[in-house]
This record gives sequence, C-alpha cells and structure tokens, in this order.
Amino acid sequence: MSQALLLAGGRIIDPANNLDVQGDVLIEGGLVAGVFPGRAPAARTAGAEIVDAAGKWIVPGLIDMHVHLREPGEEYKETIVTGTKAAAAGGFTAVACMPNTRPVNDSEAVTALILAKAREGSARVYPVGAISRGMQGESLAPLGEMRRAGVVAVTDDGRPVSNSQLMRRAMEYGANHELLVISHAEELSLSENGVMNEGPLATRLGLRGIPRVAEEIMVYRDLALARYTGRPLHVAHVSTRESVDLIRRAKAQGCRVTAETAPHYFSLTEAAVDRYNTRAKMNPPLRTADDVAAIRAGLADGTLDAIATDHAPHSESEKEVEFDLAANGIIGLETSLPLALALVRDGVLTPRRLVEVMSLDPARILGVAGGTLSPGAAADVTVIDPEARFVFTEADIHSKSRNSPFLGWELEGRAVLTLCAGRVTCRR
Amino acid sequence: MATDQPFPHKHVLSLADLSPADINVVLQTASSFKEISQRAIKKVPALRGKTVINLFFEPSTRTRLSFEVAAKRMSADTFNISNSGSSTAKGETLIDTAKNLAAMNPDCIIIRHSRSGSARLLANHINASVINAGDGTHEHPSQGLLDLMTVQEKKGRLEGLKVAIIGDIAHSRVAHSDIIGFSKMDAQVCVSGPATLIPQGIEEMGATVVPSVREAVANADVVMALRIQKERQQDPLFPSLREYATFFGISRSVADLAKPDALIMHPGPINRGVEIDPQVADGPRSVILDQVTNGVAVRMALLYLIMGGD
Repeated sequence: MSQALLLAGGRIIDPANNLDVQGDVLIEGGLVAGVFPGRAPAARTAGAEIVDAAGKWIVPGLIDMHVHLREPGEEYKETIVTGTKAAAAGGFTAVACMPNTRPVNDSEAVTALILAKAREGSARVYPVGAISRGMQGESLAPLGEMRRAGVVAVTDDGRPVSNSQLMRRAMEYGANHELLVISHAEELSLSENGVMNEGPLATRLGLRGIPRVAEEIMVYRDLALARYTGRPLHVAHVSTRESVDLIRRAKAQGCRVTAETAPHYFSLTEAAVDRYNTRAKMNPPLRTADDVAAIRAGLADGTLDAIATDHAPHSESEKEVEFDLAANGIIGLETSLPLALALVRDGVLTPRRLVEVMSLDPARILGVAGGTLSPGAAADVTVIDPEARFVFTEADIHSKSRNSPFLGWELEGRAVLTLCAGRVTCRR
Repeated sequence: MATDQPFPHKHVLSLADLSPADINVVLQTASSFKEISQRAIKKVPALRGKTVINLFFEPSTRTRLSFEVAAKRMSADTFNISNSGSSTAKGETLIDTAKNLAAMNPDCIIIRHSRSGSARLLANHINASVINAGDGTHEHPSQGLLDLMTVQEKKGRLEGLKVAIIGDIAHSRVAHSDIIGFSKMDAQVCVSGPATLIPQGIEEMGATVVPSVREAVANADVVMALRIQKERQQDPLFPSLREYATFFGISRSVADLAKPDALIMHPGPINRGVEIDPQVADGPRSVILDQVTNGVAVRMALLYLIMGGD
C-alpha cells in the first residue's frame, strides 16, 4: 500500500460524526486512520507525507448520485475512464451512473460490464439499472438479478415511467430487493416536443415550451404512489417551486421520499437559453428566478437532500445544431462544487449542509459506503480550497465533451486533492 | 459598426434587433425603390456583382419569388436552393451546408427553415449577410416590414393606430414580427383567438390580449387574419375548422366592427372560409395584394441596405 498521508491543519467537516473542527486527518493503507482535532500526535504520523491543508476544508469524498457515463455504446461522448477522471477533478470519489446507455443497463451483463470497466476508473462507480426492459416503459427489467450484479437503484432516467401501474410495481417489487426507485418526473403528453421552459422567452424565441406542470404532475403522482405503497422514492433533478413544495409536504406527512437537484437549477435561469444557446438546453429545462429561489430554499431546509449534476456529455455535433434538434443536457462534474460553494458564500448553505448534500446524504440515499471520515472507513476524502479562483475554460475539462454553459465563468473554490480509497485521483 | 451608417446591421434576423429608426430607414428606402418595379425596364445596377443565395428548406412560393425578384431588380446574381435537391436531404447539417455555401463567397444568404433560430445559427457560422425569410415559429422580419410599409402607405402613419391580429398567434412567425414591429412604431396591437393559440407572455412583445374577437376588431384601423395551419390538427387546439370559422373567423359582420376605412390584411396563403370570409378577403378594404407588391420593395431595400454600402 502507498505511503501514509497526513492532511495537516485543515478544517475537518464531517457531519456524520457531527464534526467541524481544525485538525489533521491521517490516511493509512487506504483507510482513514485517524481524525485529530488540533494536531495529530507525532508518534502516529512518522513517515507520513504531509499535505498542508491550512485554509482548506477536509471533507468526506463527494458523491454524485446522477451522472451519465455513456459507456457502453456512446464512448465518443464519454467513457467510464474519462467520466470518472472528470469526477475526480471535481472532487468526487463516487458516482452513480444512469442506465440509458446502448444497450440500456437492464441486465446483469451490462451491470457487470460497467463494473469491470470501472476498475480502471478514478472514482467508485455505482450503476443504476433500468426500471423497465429497454427503458420501454412496458415490463419490469430483472431488478433482482441487476441488484445481485451490483446496481444500487433503478430508474428509466431520460424518460418517465408513464404507466402508473408499472411505476407502482417497480416500487413494490424493488423494495423486495432493497432497490430504490428514482423518478424522472415528466408527463409526456404535456412536454412532448418542448425544448425549453414554457413562458414569455419561449414565445419570443418561437420555441415550443415545456410547462412546469409537466414535471409537477408526475412528482405528485410518484409521491402519491410512494405514500400509498409505503415504499421509498427518490425524485431526480427537481427544477420547479411547486415540485419542491410537494416534496416538502410529503416529507412532513412522513412519506419516505428523498430528492435531488442539479447545480444548473440553482445557478441559471431560462435566460441562459436566449439567442438559442444549446449549451443551456436540458430536460427538465432551466426555469425562472422564482424557481431558483425555491430550489435554494429547498436545499437549505432539507427538502432537497442532494446536489447531483445530471452530468450529460454530448459531442459538439450534437449541440452545434438547430435548437430544436440539439441534445439535452450539460456536463457538470467539474463545476458542481464551485457552484455549490457559491451557495455557501451567498449564505444559503452552511459548509456542513454542503457536505451533507454532496456526500453524506447521497451515500445514505443510495445505501452505499462513504459520506464520512470515520476512522476505519475507506479513505474517500476531498480537500477543498474554498477560495481558489479560476476561470472555467475548456482546458480545465477532463470530460470527453465540452457542453457546459459555465465556460468562461469565473468560479471560486475547487477540490485541490481527491483521494479514493487513499489513492490520489486528483491533485492541484 | 459605425453609428453614422443609416442601417447598422449586417444581418436581418429579427425585428426585435431593429430600432424604430432602423425600421424607418427600411420603410423610406423601400418607398423610394417601389417606383423601380413600375418602370418599363425594371432594373437598377445597385447590386451588380453581388451574389445572393435563396436557401429555402421549407416550401414557399411567394416569399422566395419575392426575394428573387427583388434581388434581380437590383442586378444581383441569384441562386435558389430548395430542400428537395439539397444536401440536407442527404443528411448534411445546416452548418455544413452553410460552410459549403460560404466557401463560394456569396454576399447574402436568405434562409427559410422550419426550426426557430436557424437563421441566427447560420449567421453565427458564416461571413455573408443573412436575411431570415422565416424560421420556425420565431420571426419573419421582411413580412413584418412589408406589413408596416403597407399600413403606413395607406394610413400615412403607424403611431396611434389600432391593429387587430386574429388567430394562431402561437405558431405564427408573421404575427410575432408584426407584433414587435407595430408596437415598436407605437401602434396599439390587440391579439385575439382561441386561448390555445395565444402563447404565454405575448404581452411582453407588446400585444394586448383581448378574449373576444369582436372586441379586438372593434374600431380597429387594421384587421389581420392569420392562416390556420391545418397540419397542426393533431394537437387539440380547437375542435374543428368549422367551429374555428364560426367563432374566430373574420366574417363580414366582424369586419364591419372595425373602422369604416380599416385595412384588411392577411399574410397568405389564405384558407378561404376558415380564418377569413372570401368576401372580406376580396373586398374593397383588402390590401392583401398591396402587401405582395410592397414585399418586393421591402426586400429590395433590405438587400440594398445590408449589401449596397460600398
């Protein structure tokens, strides 16, 4: 095993252990060997490489529970190797990858392939399986077999499960295998052919709108099913105020629901789409300033449990086309942390809350290891310089694709060291 | 670009990009060019040696011909590309098509395309000037300008006029350019039609939404009926063309609510008996054919203003 590592004199933020303190963290043999408020005893640190963490935050490795790694089948957009490199560069030590690959991950075989490729990667990869065979929305995929092969949750992300009975059965049967069902909430009859948020800007641009109710109706349906069946539900990429309110109410009623939003939903409004900017085209679409305020409030008060990027790499040729024809989605792994840190500076999130929504809560929701610096745990650790300023350019990007609306932004705060099981996966 | 130029634009993509002063320059230039089309020899050398490409991805008779006539009367060389024969039919992207055309050094490309924003996309990728001849449900700026010209010619002014636009406001690029254009020139624009065809936020473009067609048309100086696109019938926007004609068509009794000297307009092509009664469309107050005549003058003006500076 590699040399021991002492992260010295940083601000240790570990919500699972109710810790926010200046101190040292010792990494040994791929594990967190010790967390020492103040200074680690010299006897313990002899021979360790010392990393000066003064002015930095030492936090449990960040976990992104919603990414598209495109492998198998669309390796021209991203591979598991490049996607996890981007993850490590963004401070992530684990990602959960969505099943809309080619072929769809609706089988043990595809799950096994992803896990095999992930051994070459720079972050842990937790595959998420499809709810329905081929994501066709008709019959259940082999949830038990996929679980046995290693999936941590199921979803037809990218499209909704329109058939309510199928969604109900997925929740019920998924629970047999302790499989979380993740909802891509979209009522297709309302959203079909839409390409941006419905409203005055869509009217002015002559683009077909996606009304907010297309999301909210489906969030409501899935919350109703979760309540009725008593099974857990996770709502992906929440984008509207009413969705946040529905989830808040469901939680207050004791519903077993968790939810995530993406950095773009608290950082951008639909105005980013103006002049047909396809780098701001995604589904659900960017909404309004009022929605952004509600998303921020939802993250702060615990209604939204996780920040997940929905990292969606696409090649230039899929984005540099007519807006109607452009692919949905943006890359996000390398901008998520700085955008979330902006919420800390804005007073929306405490540093502790940031670590909860980017590490601890995703681990708990998915039921995976990580999210803590407890001694003895695998050394998945991120060291953050919250004040590092940089202009985000294409040269920063480790992903295979460049489709980010944040290119050219001046950002503040980034990971300076990422450790996955004690191995350095990113160092600046 | 220098502000002392009368028309400081390289492209004409949207009336939203033009100031009232820019619009006045176009209208004045178009008025002075109108006479050329009435001469025995209908040609001036203003754009001799310039190359204009008509790149039409959607079927069009009148707009394509109007641009071609306009360019030829200014002595430009014109070339037409239509979708069926083009390489996009073979799977080429719009940008690749554009770059190939640009390699032949045209001075201006006139594009019609079914996707909103395609004219801007083209302009972003080539050096030639681009005129938007209709992009999806976004805008059709030369049609907006020829409508402004027609009304100004007949009424002597635009300011303070009441303009009623009736019908499919949501999917009409003509309506969008007209609403922006007329409101920029301080006319009062009222829109009406089935609520399913009135898009969110149309007020922000300058229109007042009036639920009743009769109220919208009452005392109007201009009444414009928009084409109902029959191909949109799979979206349940209204029950039937018959019901549309009954409740939202410009019948004679509705047209009579406008001012006695009101102008009746339609961007064409007309569905007779659907959005407008044939007797209204062909009646003495109809300026539908004047619109077509002025279309040539406006397009001559646009071509001249963006290419004729040197």
